[in-house]
Amino acid sequence: MGGDIPAHPALRPLHRLTVFRFFITRFGMVVPTFFGVTVVAFFLIRLIPGDPIELLVGERGIDPERHAYLLKEFGYDRPLWQQYLGFVGNLLQGDFGTSIVSREPVLSEFLTLFPATIELSFMAIVFALAIGLPVGILAAVRRGSVFDHTVMGISLTGYSMPIFWWGLLLIILFSGILGWTPVSGRISVLYYIEPITGFMLIDSLLIDEPGAFKSAFRHLILPTIVLGTIPLAVIARQTRSAMLEVLGEDYIRTAHAKGLGPARIIGLHALRNALIPVITTIGLQTGVLLAGAILTETIFSWPGVGNWLVNSIYRRDYPSVQGGILLIACIVITVNLLVDLAYGLINPRIRHAGRS
Amino acid sequence: MKHRIFAAAVGLCATVAFSPAVMAKTLVYCSEGSPEGFNPSLYTSGTTFDASSRTIFNKLVEFERGSTKIVPGLAESWEASADGLSYTFKLRKGVKFHTTKNFTPSRDFNADDVLHSFNRQGDPNHPYYKVSGGTYEYYQGMSMPALIKEIVKVDDYTVKFVLNQPEAPFIANMAMDFASIMSAEHANKMMAAGTPEKADLEPVGTGPFQMVQYQKDAVIRFKANPDYWDGKAAIDDLIFAITPDASVRYQKLKAGECHVMPYPNPADIAAMKADPAINMLEQEGLNVGYLAFNVEKKPFDDKRVRQALNMAINKNAIIDAVFQGAGKAAKNPIPPTIWSYNEATKDYPYDPGKAKALLAEAGAAGLKTNIWAMPVQRPYNPNAKRMAEIIQADWAKVGVEAEIVTFEWGEYLKRSKNGEHDTVLLGWTGDNGDPDNFLYVLLGCDAAKDGTNRARWCHEPFNDLLVQAKRTSDIGKRTKLYEQAQTVFKEEAPWVTVAHSVVFMPVRKEVSDYRIDPFGGHIFYGVDLK
Repeated sequence: MGGDIPAHPALRPLHRLTVFRFFITRFGMVVPTFFGVTVVAFFLIRLIPGDPIELLVGERGIDPERHAYLLKEFGYDRPLWQQYLGFVGNLLQGDFGTSIVSREPVLSEFLTLFPATIELSFMAIVFALAIGLPVGILAAVRRGSVFDHTVMGISLTGYSMPIFWWGLLLIILFSGILGWTPVSGRISVLYYIEPITGFMLIDSLLIDEPGAFKSAFRHLILPTIVLGTIPLAVIARQTRSAMLEVLGEDYIRTAHAKGLGPARIIGLHALRNALIPVITTIGLQTGVLLAGAILTETIFSWPGVGNWLVNSIYRRDYPSVQGGILLIACIVITVNLLVDLAYGLINPRIRHAGRS
Repeated sequence: MKHRIFAAAVGLCATVAFSPAVMAKTLVYCSEGSPEGFNPSLYTSGTTFDASSRTIFNKLVEFERGSTKIVPGLAESWEASADGLSYTFKLRKGVKFHTTKNFTPSRDFNADDVLHSFNRQGDPNHPYYKVSGGTYEYYQGMSMPALIKEIVKVDDYTVKFVLNQPEAPFIANMAMDFASIMSAEHANKMMAAGTPEKADLEPVGTGPFQMVQYQKDAVIRFKANPDYWDGKAAIDDLIFAITPDASVRYQKLKAGECHVMPYPNPADIAAMKADPAINMLEQEGLNVGYLAFNVEKKPFDDKRVRQALNMAINKNAIIDAVFQGAGKAAKNPIPPTIWSYNEATKDYPYDPGKAKALLAEAGAAGLKTNIWAMPVQRPYNPNAKRMAEIIQADWAKVGVEAEIVTFEWGEYLKRSKNGEHDTVLLGWTGDNGDPDNFLYVLLGCDAAKDGTNRARWCHEPFNDLLVQAKRTSDIGKRTKLYEQAQTVFKEEAPWVTVAHSVVFMPVRKEVSDYRIDPFGGHIFYGVDLK
């Protein structure tokens, strides 16, 4: 839609300035959000009762002196506000803290595991788009048909699907009974993979081992379906309603009147406009995907950040939990920012709204 | 240029990788979680021990596989002094440490490694004391700092432990996971390189398997140590496929994606037993689940009340409903697999009528109290909440009104240690197979002070028997003392001894000679594949 902007040389500086202002406003909103997240990440885990040291020693117990000594070693004997300031101070220097369990820097643990989560989430969103878009369009075009009702019914079910149950069901059916897919993991354990990029589909190609890529791909199928189910339902419904709205517009009627074929009207005129709300939905779905990843990763023994975060919460590994939540929040914020910007770029109305 | 480096990297990886087809005997174990690290002295969880002390490391003495018997490990022999104040270990010669990617040992195992491994945990001035956080909670929990006076290197192959007081269970402690022997040479080299924590992350031991790779939360790879002093393991490669969900582990076992899995869901056990591809192994666990009465609170200071509440509980109903057959009613505070278990003990019969009468006699008719129930599944109690409900209903029949209370696990442990409860459900899994590890740790007077004794019950005649048993290393005498102690315990009834659980271990048919470890570990040395 960038072509809508008049290309007259005299107008270019103004155009750049507007885009710049738009960027600045959007970035300006990110900073307070980020600090809000540090507060939530830091205090939320501390609101859950439980003491990391008590959990470490279990039934065996620990004498109060030793307990006090360890609290001091971990820095948990200081007042909370001091701990918080220390946390933020370290963050500003790029230090996300060190896990009190594994003793490794939180950031490096996160980065080790994150590619697995990205790979799975990416596949899930591709899956959701590949099916959700055409189905949504078709449902809108054939509004009120049996197909439309069926799709909307199924998508409502998909939207309310309990992920854990759905995952186990698919495992029992496809891996257990039919034997079509592997049960869990990222690749057969018989392949020795040294992580190069961290993305198993790529690494399995790089090791040049026959069957490795196929194994990695097969391992992705079920988790992709499970994680992609809710976004798929949302995208299908969103596409349908956006399409319906656009199809009622005057310019579509005009296009019909001009004698354009249905494929051209829907594919070009309608879809381009209908996609705008759909793109926003995709942005919003990143948060949903990461939340869904926590459950999906646990079921499929998928070594990503969701699984890691859950374990860190169980162990009351405060630095990992607060660092992990913060990093995930940063990603969600960044993706939404990018979506906003992309949205602004493709839709001039949004961009110009900032000027008025 | 960039492309060339990339190509070289690809080539290198291709040579490192091996084809599944050419691999020799590989055993895959679907483990239940990720290890916290690879230095067992820093952690307390069995998951970590499986991947470290039970694979990579040896101890001076070891538990015989599948039993609680102490056998020689890195020490060929040992001897206690007559006064029980010192133990001298003769070390095995010619034991090789693992050669790994980043470390090639220049010498065999000797006394320096023993000193390094213990002093690191016990001596605050040791250069490694604070490395990797320095949380030696098992060493602390077994009271080693108070017990060990000094460790003396007599010569390269002789080490003497001098104790502050005689402690018969000491030798069993030496077989525990925290007592794993690590390479001092490796540690020194890592310290000199400025990366001391690598000694813990890239473990070097003498054990039957050496670590090849750990992909966080996914896979741990081990290979058999070719130079293992007790002979190379029957399997060549050992892989832990980390699989947190029990239902998924079962599906993997069925699909042949792993050979052995721990902790099956109780609901799946019947189906596993019926599966022709699976062998279901079972053994009584080295544990006890109990309900402790807080004797510091009235009316639980009166033993008639405790006895009455014992009689009011229908234990068999609990075994059926909570353990679903995977448990056995307990009459003693120690499990039957431990020596000195008193067969002669008579448990309180289920007798609500008598219980009611006894409560009335003690002036505790219409008692109002609480039952604390753990929020988590433990090996000794798969469902504390359900157990509490059954006890609540049983007690209601004798006119006792009990409220069920629960907290988050860490909070539960802390508050019950502080004695905030009236009655509390808890349990214990043995550390070293010594009766002292149950009786003294859970019921002794010292434990009543620090809170591990949840009944807060300090009964001198009972405690004296335990202290005497600590002072002699004569097993015959110790057995008699512990048997007596169990009789006193039953009469005084500070607990309701509820159950000892049964451990189930499904393994695929092609696995031979897997033995259930009474300590709850998973051990693969000695296991073979058909």
